[in-house]
Amino acid sequence: MRTIKLGMRVVTALAVAALAAGALASQGAPATDAEVQIDQYAFLPPRIAVKPGTTVTWTNEDDAPHTVASSAKLFKSKALDTGDKFSFTFTTPSTYAYFCSLHPQMTGTVTVEAASGAGAGS
Amino acid sequence: MGFDKPANPNAIGTLEEALSKINALAVKPSFLIHTGDITHLSKPSEFDDADRIISQARLDVHYVPGEHDVLDEDVKLYRDRYGRGTKGAGWYSFDANGVHFIGLVNVVDLKAGGLGNLGNEQLEWLENDLKGRATSTPIVVFAHIPLWSVYPAWGWETEDAARALDYLKRFGSVTVLNGHIHQIMQKVEGNVTFHTAMSTAFPQPAPGTAPSPGPLKVADDKLRSVLGITDVTFKRGQQRLAIIDEPLQR
Repeated sequence: MRTIKLGMRVVTALAVAALAAGALASQGAPATDAEVQIDQYAFLPPRIAVKPGTTVTWTNEDDAPHTVASSAKLFKSKALDTGDKFSFTFTTPSTYAYFCSLHPQMTGTVTVEAASGAGAGS
Repeated sequence: MGFDKPANPNAIGTLEEALSKINALAVKPSFLIHTGDITHLSKPSEFDDADRIISQARLDVHYVPGEHDVLDEDVKLYRDRYGRGTKGAGWYSFDANGVHFIGLVNVVDLKAGGLGNLGNEQLEWLENDLKGRATSTPIVVFAHIPLWSVYPAWGWETEDAARALDYLKRFGSVTVLNGHIHQIMQKVEGNVTFHTAMSTAFPQPAPGTAPSPGPLKVADDKLRSVLGITDVTFKRGQQRLAIIDEPLQR
């Protein structure tokens, strides 16, 4: 239940972030939250790049249960039934590999980009 | 137990039908083997429902877990119910009617990008379990995920099964039974015969025929023709076990 509530809050935050997106982009620094769908035994998109402080929310839209498990055991969701969500906030720049511990052929990565110089290229 | 998606909203009903089918067999089986995925989400209520229905057979049941039965980190829910007298995450062996039966666990500690996994501790146990047994002893091995390469892209393979099969190859008759893929496939390799079985809950697509191995929705009046039980008969003096796959409806 807790993860579901967390997920709801993230969706609300996302909506607010989307409204303010133009202003945020010019300021560069703040992280917007990110979403990954789980469907057809795959993480979509399988690879995402985010800024430090980003909360990533996975939503299982498949008929089968799945988990989100860090390969380095930094985070692991409970088994997510259809409609369940799991969120994790990434703070340190690195590439985080994860997989579904039930169907380990399902893999993905979250790359947290260095905060310094954010916006310099855009 | 616990599956209620469109592919079969009434998995309780079809398990009950499977038990009726078992109870109606002309020859009463010596015991039942369950190759795992007793539950959908390892919930106590799902295990309770399964136990209540399966016990209607009034037969000993030998289980191994599927990945859906070990969703709690320490595999406590499964082992508390079915783990008595087993090693590790629940592997064991026993003898019946001169046949040596081995239940293996290949659904715990799965690695990213990987397949089913037995692990070193279990493989060492298996090597010792087989040591000193006459090669004329018929062997039946059962585990959840196939011990042969059915379709690695969907994870339908056990990555260290080759070592297990290496220990088994000196025996004259080896039968390997698996679940997991919810459809019937067979393969013969030397003295080893591999069989998978139908599910009692929902079918899955044939390898590569769908974007994913997820539950396959078939027409309502076809569902019972792709669910069922497997009847294994030990025929002394013959090389292989005779296996008859029995759908709930033909």
